[in-house]
Amino acid sequence: MRQHTVTRSSTVPSTDDAVPTGGSLMRELRAVWALWQREMLRLMRSRAQVAMTLLSPLLFLLLLGPGLETMLDTPAAGAGGEGRGSYVAFLFPGILIMAVQMPALRAGGAIVRDREAGLLRATLVAPVRRDTLLVGRCLGGASAAAVQAALLLILGPLVGLPADPGLLLLLFGALWLVAFSLTMLGALAAVLIRRVETFQALLGMVTLPLVMLSGAMFPVGALPGWLTPVILANPLTYAVDAIRRLASVEGVGPAAGGPTWGGWQPPVALELAAMLLLGLFALAVAARRFNRTG
Amino acid sequence: MNAVVAESLRKSYGGVAAVDGLDLKVATGEMFGFLGPNGAGKSTTIAMLCTLTRPDSGHASVAGFDVVRSSTDVRRHIGLILQESTTDGDLTLMENLRLHAHLYGLPRRTFPARAGHLLDLFGLAERRDQLARTLSGGMRRRLEIARSLLHEPAVLFLDEPTAGLDPHSRAGVWDHIHALRRDRPLTVFLTTHHLEEAERCDRILVLDRGRAVVRGTPAELKATVRADVVRLNTADDARAAMRIRRDFACDATVDAQGVRVVTENGAALVPRLCAVLDTPINAVHVSPPTLDDVFLHHTGRAVRDGDHAR
Repeated sequence: MRQHTVTRSSTVPSTDDAVPTGGSLMRELRAVWALWQREMLRLMRSRAQVAMTLLSPLLFLLLLGPGLETMLDTPAAGAGGEGRGSYVAFLFPGILIMAVQMPALRAGGAIVRDREAGLLRATLVAPVRRDTLLVGRCLGGASAAAVQAALLLILGPLVGLPADPGLLLLLFGALWLVAFSLTMLGALAAVLIRRVETFQALLGMVTLPLVMLSGAMFPVGALPGWLTPVILANPLTYAVDAIRRLASVEGVGPAAGGPTWGGWQPPVALELAAMLLLGLFALAVAARRFNRTG
Repeated sequence: MNAVVAESLRKSYGGVAAVDGLDLKVATGEMFGFLGPNGAGKSTTIAMLCTLTRPDSGHASVAGFDVVRSSTDVRRHIGLILQESTTDGDLTLMENLRLHAHLYGLPRRTFPARAGHLLDLFGLAERRDQLARTLSGGMRRRLEIARSLLHEPAVLFLDEPTAGLDPHSRAGVWDHIHALRRDRPLTVFLTTHHLEEAERCDRILVLDRGRAVVRGTPAELKATVRADVVRLNTADDARAAMRIRRDFACDATVDAQGVRVVTENGAALVPRLCAVLDTPINAVHVSPPTLDDVFLHHTGRAVRDGDHAR
């Protein structure tokens, strides 16, 4: 494997993975698939944990949403033209992102836990590339996170989302992309940090501010101007905005109030592409580090 | 043909040599004991042989493949059992084995039969669909060994395979390993802190500070120490010990079990002791050196010193 250790002696030639050629790609894909499947099995067996993870977004949706709505004279951020947007409908995409964020970051962090539990070391001696192990874990973790958010997505029609299977599928796809990106960021942090406690502390520290500054609960335009760079650098800002704009068909929920780059509003496709690129970038860096450390 | 070969293997971390020019050969089918105090470099050596860490210099080959140039081939031909548990508790026994089969690219067609056979062999057949977390420590260890055999490794690396197990589970794990070796030519590379486990090895190497200090069969190693232990129970142990130190010039100490005398030839000493000592002797016991003594003699440390400090 591509372990990048200091090699000063010439007796150790630097070789890349000496995988035999025939069908080696198929073998790597099979490993990815097996690791993905493992995460799905784990998801199915941890229903209590899923329920607990979904509890707080659900509370936000069911209590905070209607609660705050009664305080608002005018329909919240009803910049959507018709002024028909309810606060709950505005909040819903933010809730979906909240639901996807925690499990995705945690899935990435599971690599730290595996390292401590020895699980990682056992898979490291398998005759597959280390990148493959990382990709398999992360795709599995991302899918598990997206599935958890999808459980909330089903509630969408209750808050005014059209019960259109195509739209729900589209939203699920977008959520998966967001989950992928966040899982990779979690994995990158995990590969860099190595200690479970430090990782947990970091997770606890960044998750709430990221949600607050993403426009999940209120339009980011309402925040003071000096926060603008933070908001624009926050990946969740684009995730929330993309989901909100995708969901805002037929005048349900406001479309405006998202991030703008110098007055120009990036299209949804660009926002999602940025999430994907961020995820791939995090994957590349994490894979580099992962290959190097034993 | 040698299953494992290492030549002047070296690895240092931060300028400190963990393994410092190690040579070793393990013949095919042999059970090889790799002993040493903590920090001696055992884990680093295993990591290099299992392609988890690249040597700074030197060569090593496992099952005929170079650990650096043909690392994937090496991986295909080894099984590695680590001290810590590496099964996934959220998966059933079968699912744990299936994950392994996928990672090793084993044929799907023959998997169910092979997995069933191995679970049967390790006395886990009736638990195949239980979650691995419901297993006891000994059963988990057996599952790990069964799993590592799925891809028919030529060399099985057992790094402290019975650490943390109670004596009964330990015996169970060993029964299975010995039964396994009766059926096939499996090379076993073992590190352990339990020297009675090392007694059953064909050959032993004692490692200290990254270097091999002594090697040979257990009997050969014990012969090198030439230190029998004579135990005496007398009416006055302190007085007896004092007399022995004075009259025989050998090392005699008093502990809870009586007087302990270390001498080159215990059997020859006993009649002379009985003739000279004026305190009544209640019991005498002569024991040949154990591997513990060998270990202490060559490393200056007891085997279990600083245990669990890994």
